[in-house]
Amino acid sequence: MSDPILALSGVKTNIAQYHILQGVDLSVPRGQVTMLLGRNGVGKTTTLRTIIGHWRAHQGTILFDGEDISRLPTPAIARLGIGFVPEDMGIFADLTVEENMILAAVSGPINSARLDWLFTVFPALKTFWKKDAGTLSGGQKQMLTIARAMIEERRLYLIDEPTKGLAPAIIATMARALRELKDQGASILLVEQNFSVARALGDSANVMDDGRMTWSGDMKELATNAELQERLMGLSLETHQ
Amino acid sequence: MSAAPDHTPTIAQASLSQRLAPYAPVLLVIGLMALGLMAIPSTSSWLTLTVSGLAMGMMIFIMASGLTLVFGLMDVINFGHGAFVSVGAFVGVSFLLLLENMTGAPSLALNLTAMFVAILGAMAATALMGWAFEKVIVKPVYGHHLKQILVTMGGLIVVEQLIIVLWGPEEIYITRPEALKGAVTFFGAAIEKYRLVAVGIGAVVFLAMRWVLRSTKIGLIVRAGVENGEMVQALGYRLRLVFVGVFLAGSALAGLGGVLWGLYQEVITAHMGNQSMILIFIVVIIGGLGSVEGCFIGALLVGLLQNYVAFLEPKLALISNIGLMVAILMWRPMGMIPVVKAK
Repeated sequence: MSDPILALSGVKTNIAQYHILQGVDLSVPRGQVTMLLGRNGVGKTTTLRTIIGHWRAHQGTILFDGEDISRLPTPAIARLGIGFVPEDMGIFADLTVEENMILAAVSGPINSARLDWLFTVFPALKTFWKKDAGTLSGGQKQMLTIARAMIEERRLYLIDEPTKGLAPAIIATMARALRELKDQGASILLVEQNFSVARALGDSANVMDDGRMTWSGDMKELATNAELQERLMGLSLETHQ
Repeated sequence: MSAAPDHTPTIAQASLSQRLAPYAPVLLVIGLMALGLMAIPSTSSWLTLTVSGLAMGMMIFIMASGLTLVFGLMDVINFGHGAFVSVGAFVGVSFLLLLENMTGAPSLALNLTAMFVAILGAMAATALMGWAFEKVIVKPVYGHHLKQILVTMGGLIVVEQLIIVLWGPEEIYITRPEALKGAVTFFGAAIEKYRLVAVGIGAVVFLAMRWVLRSTKIGLIVRAGVENGEMVQALGYRLRLVFVGVFLAGSALAGLGGVLWGLYQEVITAHMGNQSMILIFIVVIIGGLGSVEGCFIGALLVGLLQNYVAFLEPKLALISNIGLMVAILMWRPMGMIPVVKAK
């Protein structure tokens, strides 16, 4: 893969005395959706948190568009053009939906054309615009957190399990939104446990186990090879929807 | 097999108590005032005590507001906050003594100008001091509560001793500006003019803080940061700078509170900040750590209760605030207006 937007090599991250990432190599090509897969607790979330700088890599390099960001503070990393959607959504519950969005527009006032587009993707946001974000349902909160990352154009999106715990109808909305984002040419690194979403969106896939990358390749190849899935993740993705 | 019972969902309307719950703290203030009205035999005494309670509450709020935000935003427990109260009082009073010809003149405009200058001077001095305090004392102990308590306590002692070095060990007696002495009579109740000024300044500070927190982007960042600082940083905001700004503003407000408190007591000592810390902590805790509104309402409750009880049963005045704290924490263990914390 030539000139990826994000490249991790040999990244090791310790949290307290635990060695969570034990040398992660990962390449995220431009304009594609890169899936990060694996069982629970293998280090997927830690990988994303290390990229955004919430955890520090104590070894290895993280190149974003050729620049090493592994020593930069989180706000500087974000301002290079990386949008982060954490697993716990990171919604500001005491703020209204509107205030959440105003905050997310870091570089200035909200671009109204882009907001209108987001309203068509997530109509619920318009309905609850003036409501406290804490009063939204789980699915609406997830829509808000994705919309928050999308309100300004970013060069790379790190999205951690956006469909976790959501009803099927909302998962479809979420998948459509991510597809639109992809169609706009964004690069996305996506942690996802829902197989149909992964198969529908993913271009390439990376499978982790025990703090290391155990397989990297084409998403299609992984999706069609049940034996490979069984070997890499201890279960077939088909049974894990 | 018996058939499953019919599914008849009912949507219960929120009960009156549920709908009132968000306003309970405000109702508590009104309730306390009503209770005071019933318990205190004469209406004019009640009015005097109420204004004096509100004035006291406003001053405690001004001193405490910075502390609650500093805790909410960065989880920093600053036992040295009282140092800013003392320094503010000493700097402000020094200005007032310098401007004696303005404070001594029986002109309200001149008096208020002198107070304004003294307040500005005190706030500038304490803001500067806050900046240094944060850099030297607080920054190295982020994330360690026990160290924070010890080192900020130490900072408080150092500042108290510095005040003694600079201004001497004796307390300084001051008189209020000429036009603010005495009282006005209102519905038969004598109300000290200075208390009205204190209520006015307190209300302005509260409304200004509310406006900044609700209607400006920096206010949004502070409120969001109190809730989930990590996410604010992931959006690209340098929370550390915001925190230093809040620390500075909080210190300046404590300085303002010190000037007002000093003029209220008409005497200042190096230990006045340390002594006021007990009331400040009570207010911050019952309000809900990190909540400005809670701090405001808590301060009014403390001010009112202290004044009512001191009138009705002077011996109980000392424990009335602790009693209030216990009662409120039994009702809402996280304080009256708990701040939602991510995690």
